[in-house]
Amino acid sequence: MSRPVAPTTRKTFTVALAGNPNSGKTTVFNALTGAHQHVGNYPGVTVEKKEGIARFQDTTFTVVDLPGTYSLMAYSIEEIVARNFLIDEEPDAVVHIVDASNLERNLYLAVQLMELGVPLVLAMNMSDVVRDKGVQINYHKLAELLGVPVVPTVGHKGRGIQELLATVAEVCRNPRARKQPARQVNYGYEIEPHVEQLVKVITGHEACADRARWYALKLLEGDEETAKRVQSLCPGDYEMILQRAVQLRQHIEGISGASIGTVLADGRYGFIVGACAEAVSQTAEARVSRSERIDRMMLSRWLGLPIFAVLMYAVFQLTFALGEPLMGGMEAVFEWLGGTISSLWPEGSDSLLKSLLVDGMIGGVGGVLVFLPNIMLLFLAIAFLEDTGYMARAAFLMDRLMHKIGLHGKSFIPMLIGFGCTVPAVMATRTLETRRDRLTTILVLPLMSCGARLPIYMLIIPAFFPQAWQAPMLWTIYIIGIVLAVVLAKLLRATLFKGESVPFVMELPPYRMPTLRGLLLHMWERSWLFLRKAGTIILGIAIVMWALSVWPKPGAKQVEQFEQQRDAVKARADIGPEEKVGLLGEINNAAAEAELEHSVIGRIGKGVAPVLRPLGFDWKTSTAMLGAFAAKEVFVAQLGIVYAVGEADEASETLREQLQANYTPLQGFCIMLFCLVSMPCMATVAVTKRETGSWKWALFQLGGLTLLAWALTAVVYQIGRLVI
Amino acid sequence: MPLAMARSGETLELVNVRGGLGLQHRLAEMGLGPGSRFVVETSGRPGPFVIRVKGSRLILGHGMVTKVFVRSIGKTNGDPQP
Repeated sequence: MSRPVAPTTRKTFTVALAGNPNSGKTTVFNALTGAHQHVGNYPGVTVEKKEGIARFQDTTFTVVDLPGTYSLMAYSIEEIVARNFLIDEEPDAVVHIVDASNLERNLYLAVQLMELGVPLVLAMNMSDVVRDKGVQINYHKLAELLGVPVVPTVGHKGRGIQELLATVAEVCRNPRARKQPARQVNYGYEIEPHVEQLVKVITGHEACADRARWYALKLLEGDEETAKRVQSLCPGDYEMILQRAVQLRQHIEGISGASIGTVLADGRYGFIVGACAEAVSQTAEARVSRSERIDRMMLSRWLGLPIFAVLMYAVFQLTFALGEPLMGGMEAVFEWLGGTISSLWPEGSDSLLKSLLVDGMIGGVGGVLVFLPNIMLLFLAIAFLEDTGYMARAAFLMDRLMHKIGLHGKSFIPMLIGFGCTVPAVMATRTLETRRDRLTTILVLPLMSCGARLPIYMLIIPAFFPQAWQAPMLWTIYIIGIVLAVVLAKLLRATLFKGESVPFVMELPPYRMPTLRGLLLHMWERSWLFLRKAGTIILGIAIVMWALSVWPKPGAKQVEQFEQQRDAVKARADIGPEEKVGLLGEINNAAAEAELEHSVIGRIGKGVAPVLRPLGFDWKTSTAMLGAFAAKEVFVAQLGIVYAVGEADEASETLREQLQANYTPLQGFCIMLFCLVSMPCMATVAVTKRETGSWKWALFQLGGLTLLAWALTAVVYQIGRLVI
Repeated sequence: MPLAMARSGETLELVNVRGGLGLQHRLAEMGLGPGSRFVVETSGRPGPFVIRVKGSRLILGHGMVTKVFVRSIGKTNGDPQP
């Protein structure tokens, strides 16, 4: 190690937070860093990297929140990221957030961190829960047994945070602690001597000497990442070291009769059980925990699924019913903004800049941002389900169903996230172990109706359906997506991705009361992505679409024709002024439509229209559908522009009224159906390409879903026309 | 017997896992190595199980319960689900 051994006088340090998922790592991170957080990505991968600043006396810590993992085995990208950060960045201290109420499982990671030789501090989080359970942990004893400092904390109440910072500061300032390693697991007389042998071989090479025991254990486990690292550290003797590791592994497996991974995991748990036996005592009678009692009902055979269905329904009801008045408020704000900017120009003037600002930018982006309250409410509901721990129950309940379609309960979590946004959902499929499961899940994910499609439904449903039907209608659309996904997944598993599905193990976290702060933070993180999209991609597209719909202008001859018609109406003496205004309005509309037909977008829309005619779409909806590829919610913005152009006389007329006047409820439904199934947005195509590693699957998804949407909508429209 | 046949409330000892090395290792890391003991909290029959092992609760999916072979060592006093 290159760092000095003497106590340092540095004032700034890097601290990494490690821990299992559900250990309350986020609450401790928030308690440590307060509002000073920065979210980014680890280089080269899309795992989220959260950083924050914590201060203690005159010392400043950069706190890095590592991804939540159970182990440092390289099973998932999260584990690899966490591991590489610890080895490559050499943080000055590593705080392992331990869920003290689930000590044995959590200490498994602690033991591996000790083996890795990082300067470790254990934060025994949720120490209040432990006490309530009637369990007493002797923290002092535990620290002694493990050879690392232990600090009890209660993350969400901020308790123990100052003590934790003090301990971390001590570890950082005194790097000598690193040279006095924590206690190591002794794997027993049958195995330990062989581990020692390999350690000795590796210690002979200076580049690897610092972490010799870690490398030895990982090489014995056959860890490929470590093999690569050792190869790059000591290329000369790599072959020899690896050969020795393989020999020893075979030997150990021979005498123990089990795979090396199992043997070593067993040894670690043995060490942990031993430590816990000495440091933990049960003071009260163990009783059935509150979570278990709740789960009797939540997971029961008869009540589980109905409760699940009711919860999902409640989520949509909340999004719709509570969102409506908020949406009205947003609408009013944008109307006022548009009106204010319009009033800067003299009445009746035909300024291009005014059209760009009011129709293009405010109309386009405003039309999308109006739905922000609904989307935030949906994200809030999802955050609530996640933070309470219900998501894991949903995975359990869905496992039986998912198993039938060849996936398992874990695939359900990305699908639930898919209701928020497909992009993070595709990333969430990383927890699935096999490529078959991942590809199947990714390909059907766009059918989970994402938050960006919500604006489309929000626009169309109230336009065509009476109040009482609105929530059930929204629910129906979501259900159609789910059913299609199920059918499609089954089909894919029976054809392209044949094979046995991988078994599924997942920890069931205890139910927790979510904190308001945590909920709002989660909601905000996701809403911000949506807002950023609205401010960048959607603004850009709205401007492009506006331009495409304004140019080229119709020829002088056509303009003159409309002018003549207007003059003719104005000259008529046989009708009153009110009738004149009505007639002039009609002419203006016709002129606007002619202008749009003449524009680039109108021409493309018209070119596509014949293909979409069997689905009940005219060229205006076709034009808006094209925009939806950029981002689903652009459909609304685009439709707004398509209908707003040249409409100055009827500024009060909203888009919904336009739709009512132009389409039947059946056509409205078909628009929603097509938007649901067809063309995943550009961002989804991009992330699918990145996650599957090839354009093949991204394009397959794009083409396949669009064809499916076309066929399905055509059938619905044609049959619907006959029936209604 | 395969875990799939176990009932709620039964205490079991894991005998072996009929699956790849990766799966065996994975389970061992979750505290389910050969010889480890656990209690069935909710038995899917057929379907996912919830078990209690090493102080935490795990979901074992539908496909998993046919691969894990166990030996029954009795009922616990925790009142099982019917």
